Amino acid sequence: MAVRPVRRGDLDQVIALDATVTGLEKQNYWRAVYRRYGGGQHEQKHFLVAVAGRRIVGFLIGEVRDWEFGSPPCGWVFAIDVLPQMRQAGIGTQLLQAVCTLFRREGVRKVRTMLSRDNTLILSFFRSQGMMAGALIPLEMDLE
Amino acid sequence: MKLQKNTLLALYSVLEFAADPTRHIAAAVIAEKYGVSQHHLAKVLSELARAGVVESVRGVGGGYRFAGNLKRMTLMDIIRLFEPEGLGTEAAPTPSGTTPVDLALDAVLSEIDQFARATFSSITLATMLGLMQRQGKKR
Repeated sequence: MAVRPVRRGDLDQVIALDATVTGLEKQNYWRAVYRRYGGGQHEQKHFLVAVAGRRIVGFLIGEVRDWEFGSPPCGWVFAIDVLPQMRQAGIGTQLLQAVCTLFRREGVRKVRTMLSRDNTLILSFFRSQGMMAGALIPLEMDLE
Repeated sequence: MKLQKNTLLALYSVLEFAADPTRHIAAAVIAEKYGVSQHHLAKVLSELARAGVVESVRGVGGGYRFAGNLKRMTLMDIIRLFEPEGLGTEAAPTPSGTTPVDLALDAVLSEIDQFARATFSSITLATMLGLMQRQGKKR
């Protein structure tokens, strides 16, 4: 199993993997994400895939983000998934470690993510990697 | 926030068993370690066994051993067995009146409760064992 930047030829498998998990095939969304993060050519933006043989078994997308309210830039992970039948084999861990290595090289010392509190599976994954609730509290309101 | 005594005892016990799923531990050993009566602990272990979290091992040197999935079972899975009515936390919403103050307080307490649930639901036993190891190194 290897982790590397996504290539254009991987996209169909990434889209299929996402559709397997979410039940939605989002061709346009993924092509736009590839343009913004793919190919390993965007500074501080990373779209990584885990490859077993020729098969894409997982992906992760993250970037360095600047923050307001006096918080320094941090690594931000906003998408990760692994084929359901390949889970609990360390693939997510390798993807996260790979992006953290890139973040360190880019000078950030903290990695963050944010997801629904109902998404216990992915929350559990990030917790298993040592992530804890941070100092920032997400707030929201409905705009009427 | 406060968990009930049985819930805490269940968490202590499960983490003892989960630290080495191949090993069975006598109830007396856990009762002594945590300063509770064997009778009291037996009720907790019996509930854990009924839920399939642990299994009893009969015979000489018998006891209990872990029977779940370390990477999937969460703290909330254990807590839910002993606090089916809710978290039993001080933050849990209490029956209240209908004044604006009551309703606003309910909303705030409910927010705290939802975060507590999400936290307990996202920490697996494997993660908890890792946390315990890291905390042990800090001491």
